[in-house]
Amino acid sequence: MNAFSKPDTPLFRVENLTKSYGPRIGCADVSFDLYPGEVLGIVGESGSGKSTLLSCLAGHLTPDRGQITYDGRNTLSMAEAERRKLARTDWAFVHQNPRDGLRMGVSAGGNVGERLMAVGARHYGDIRAQALDWLGRVEIAGDRIDDRPRAFSGGMQQRLQIARNLVTGPRLVFMDEPTGGLDVSVQARLLDLLRGLVRDLGLSVIIVTHDLAVVRLLAHRLMVMKGGFVVEQGLTDQVLDDPQHGYTQLLVSSVLQV
Amino acid sequence: MTDQAYNFAYLDEQTKRMIRRAILKALAIPGYQVPFASREMPMPYGWGTGGVQVTAACLTPEDRLKVIDQGSDDTTNAVSIRKFFQRTAGVAITEKTAEATLIQTRHRIPETALTQGQILVYQVPIPEPLRFIEPRETETRKMHELEEYGLMHVKLYEDIARHGQIATSYAYPVRVEGRYVMDPSPIPKFDNPKLGGNAAIQLFGAGREQRIYALPPYTDVVSLDFDDHPFTATKADHGCNICGSIHSYLDEVITDDQGGRIFVCSDTDFCAERQQGTAA
Repeated sequence: MNAFSKPDTPLFRVENLTKSYGPRIGCADVSFDLYPGEVLGIVGESGSGKSTLLSCLAGHLTPDRGQITYDGRNTLSMAEAERRKLARTDWAFVHQNPRDGLRMGVSAGGNVGERLMAVGARHYGDIRAQALDWLGRVEIAGDRIDDRPRAFSGGMQQRLQIARNLVTGPRLVFMDEPTGGLDVSVQARLLDLLRGLVRDLGLSVIIVTHDLAVVRLLAHRLMVMKGGFVVEQGLTDQVLDDPQHGYTQLLVSSVLQV
Repeated sequence: MTDQAYNFAYLDEQTKRMIRRAILKALAIPGYQVPFASREMPMPYGWGTGGVQVTAACLTPEDRLKVIDQGSDDTTNAVSIRKFFQRTAGVAITEKTAEATLIQTRHRIPETALTQGQILVYQVPIPEPLRFIEPRETETRKMHELEEYGLMHVKLYEDIARHGQIATSYAYPVRVEGRYVMDPSPIPKFDNPKLGGNAAIQLFGAGREQRIYALPPYTDVVSLDFDDHPFTATKADHGCNICGSIHSYLDEVITDDQGGRIFVCSDTDFCAERQQGTAA
């Protein structure tokens, strides 16, 4: 699917989403549509509410107000069983720290196979073949399949987490700072890999980051958050090249030039 | 004198009522772990306090009790618990599986087939089968609630990946009536086929973890496995050196420091009856 030709119906629709922690605002009045194959970047400083927003979207937190519709279904009012099923089949969540997204005591193959077994795969040979295939796709050598993630480098752990999430062929992927904590060369390879996977599989992605280079490379559209509110949104290049809001201008100008 | 100061079977009647209620609920929902207010027992955790409380709640003065530990009637654990109930309940005692109305067991199911009317009480150290792969209790309860059991197969996958076969040889997870995944307590997987379709009532008590679960008679119990790595009940590839049985579960016993060893039935009652049978 061409990512730039918009289908008629959005895959994921968010309306007036609000979440506060007591008197403090987490995120307020966030609305957007996400179309199939589209990558939405959310940037903002620490404490701007982007992680709160992502947690609400992925169903980890319950928002105070607002509507979330996925593929015509209201994810806030659906039964928990259905939501969790969605989360392990159609959705994926890539954590910033791979330790949060991986089972550290389980081998790489088991980590990738978990989602397959969760949806009913009961043939060891098939599960292993699929795990091997996915390790190859994220550039992890096949002979590491029985090693535990502990024995992997940070970049490899992150790639393993991505493989584990994509193995069931999700349509919507949430990413929370997927390149955080990696050095720049590893970051570049990971971004390259992500860009290829997103394009090949036609994934819709919501990616939260404070790294403008990441969204420049990956995101079609960009939302800038500050203090829980969305202060600016639009096409990524447009927002980054011609920032309108004062905070976005500050953000763009504070990127270090080498 | 002090023995008479206890209520029948040590526990007070209200406690027994509470435990019986938990047992009834457990029987109504096979495989589901029912919480209960486990009491302090006059023996340490790990000695079978859960099983002892379930036994105490089920005992009547007419019962004939058998207690086994690893299949044996004369190991420390079995002897202590048997003595405990002799003193506090004064019930009849037997070592014969067929004659017992209530059997408390640790780590084995007797070789002799159980019959209708018998109760088999298991001592359970850790009732939660998902514990070792998902340590959060809130999460494992949610998994039971929503029937999310994929994780149990991850454990078996790890076994095959590491050892080339499902190396879990005891506490082998089972699915009860197509619903709850259950830890059958640390019985060898050799005994797993006896869990399903059993004529006796099977009760599981975990004292430290405060859980009771149960299998009513003739319940459907399936050991989890992979299509290409099916479940097999394994035992030592030998016959019993004493009674010659090739069908019973065997203990390996070291006889000297020269590497000498023999295999004997772990079920002492079964073995003794076979010896008498051949002698007569």
